[in-house]
Amino acid sequence: MSLLTVRNLSVAFPTQNGWFQAVEGIYLEVKAGEVVAIVGESGSGKSVAMLAVMNLLPPTARISCDELKLDGQDVLTMPPKQRRQLNGGTVAMIFQEPMSSLNPCFTIGYQIDETLRIHLGGSKKERIERSLHLLDLVGIPDPKRRYQAYPHQMSGGMSQRAMIAMALAANPKLLIADEPTTALDVTVQAQILELLLKLQQTQGMGLILITHDMGVVAETAQQVVVQYAGQQVEKQQVAGLFKTPHHPYTAALLDALPERAPAGDFLPTIPGIVPGQKDRPIGCLFSPRCQHAQALCHEQQPLLQALPSRQAAWLRCHYPLNLTTEAVDG
Amino acid sequence: MAEVLRAVNLQQVYAARQGLFQKSLSVHALNGVSFSLNAGETLAVVGESGCGKSTLARALTLIETPSAGELWLAGELVDTQKKPEAALRQRIQMVFQNPYGSLNPRKTIQQMLEEPLLLNTQLSREQRRQAVSTMMERVGLRPEFAERYPHMFSGGQRQRIAIARALMLKPQVVVLDEPVSALDLSVRAQILNLLTELQQDLGLAYVFISHDLSVVQRIADAVMVMYFGRAVEYADAKTIFSHPQHPYTQALFSATPVAEVGEKRERIHLQGEPPSPLHPPPGCPFGPRCAYVQAICRQQLPHLRTLNQAWVACVRAEAINASSLPNTSAKSLLHSHAPP
Repeated sequence: MSLLTVRNLSVAFPTQNGWFQAVEGIYLEVKAGEVVAIVGESGSGKSVAMLAVMNLLPPTARISCDELKLDGQDVLTMPPKQRRQLNGGTVAMIFQEPMSSLNPCFTIGYQIDETLRIHLGGSKKERIERSLHLLDLVGIPDPKRRYQAYPHQMSGGMSQRAMIAMALAANPKLLIADEPTTALDVTVQAQILELLLKLQQTQGMGLILITHDMGVVAETAQQVVVQYAGQQVEKQQVAGLFKTPHHPYTAALLDALPERAPAGDFLPTIPGIVPGQKDRPIGCLFSPRCQHAQALCHEQQPLLQALPSRQAAWLRCHYPLNLTTEAVDG
Repeated sequence: MAEVLRAVNLQQVYAARQGLFQKSLSVHALNGVSFSLNAGETLAVVGESGCGKSTLARALTLIETPSAGELWLAGELVDTQKKPEAALRQRIQMVFQNPYGSLNPRKTIQQMLEEPLLLNTQLSREQRRQAVSTMMERVGLRPEFAERYPHMFSGGQRQRIAIARALMLKPQVVVLDEPVSALDLSVRAQILNLLTELQQDLGLAYVFISHDLSVVQRIADAVMVMYFGRAVEYADAKTIFSHPQHPYTQALFSATPVAEVGEKRERIHLQGEPPSPLHPPPGCPFGPRCAYVQAICRQQLPHLRTLNQAWVACVRAEAINASSLPNTSAKSLLHSHAPP
């Protein structure tokens, strides 16, 4: 059964110049034990979409959605009190900057205990035992001492582990990790990613990994969703995406990576920048920067369509790349 | 080519007060770093946070004078006891990591770019305006934008402004402190290309501080890997990427994710985190996290020595390389896409 079903989710924010469409028509499905990566540049709406799923957006945001189900329950029609119960229990989130997402006024132990108290209950002694077990699980040495520590007494890697311990406290079925390793060093990043995958596999959790690091995606994800300017442009299995990207944006993004670019002094680039609120093109949002754009691309927005030859793959492009090679592959 | 920058045994020591009545401890943020850099070349400095990369940048750009050691800039010995002369400072400039924080939001691009000229040259208003517009064009910005403020530009454009500002006084060396890590993927390549282009045209020498090994592999001529305020390995880029010799270098390379599916390689697991600079461990500072550690590592501090065309600070480097245990890592980082 799928843990998360999102159909046609859009989010807009009011600005001085009218509504800004931050997320436009997102579809997502995550099953138990699955790792889905959402990739995109800043401003592509990947965090906003997940905050909408978590119901954490400010009340000014205008959210519209055809279907939003968490663990089989329709959260759109749910009373707010009941909706809030799901956060932390059924679905939990890890944020990007551990230093600013932990409350500096309370000890790590207190902050983990809060989740346990609300979702699992139990006596104080049981909860402390579980907290210490969690700290040990995420690889924090000397959990007894760290239980008493305040966030400022811990390093970035340790704080992120504490965040993960907190998110895992009530055994969530779905974990959303928003750039969990961006603020960390590579050797610590490797430790944290390995930890997340190990926990995800042993507990059969669904994991949504928001990132902009293609290396992290290649090594951890099974499904990849690529977002651009608030829209999903492509979704594929990870191997297919790296081998035969169909959307020109995905292809250009992969080509611009220093480790994948052809030899020579200069890297291939994507000219221009992501469109802002005022300069959103009429046609395909990527068309002004696309090498393969034709007249149709500038006039009409392509729709999200399924790729029949691949399982659970979709694409938003009039003239997709690499489709012939895919046909040959079978 | 001519040597433009040389550091000999640079040290930077800070005093850290423990408490009001306690003795202050000294922290060796930089502990004997030496290198030499020629015009038109790029030295990449790689390491994790707290390893002394940024302290090195501040010492090189004369923002802080080093506690000990020699610094030669364009053949001149910098007197570290005196405040360096303005003429000397002009030769080495810096670009900072975050283009959102390094540009004054209340100044126009024109004001920001002409400030170094106002302070250091006798150019007239018209000459300065001309210099600014030439430089803006050089870094790929439209000169009409000179009267705009930083908030009107995107991250990539701001980094272009920061680069332009560093180049206004025609320096010979530019220290780039993580110049692309705050930028999006698609913009990152644009800025890297601009840096390469400027280096080729102006013969600039770069000290490129980064933790992104794929970028380093692309643009560096030489690489220095730092750990705990020391250089643990220093070699030309080809040598170090094809054959890393220090266990920390090997671990660092193997921890870097590669954007290639099925490139699963043996990962060297580093336990724990770097030691506290207030209480350095005895012997090799990497010892507590090293998989190959033995008694000898805890007794003596390893110094850089030459080994297979590289400088390596590890007592057991030969033994480790001979055993070649979990070491397929660097080879796969340097897979088929590597420049020849």
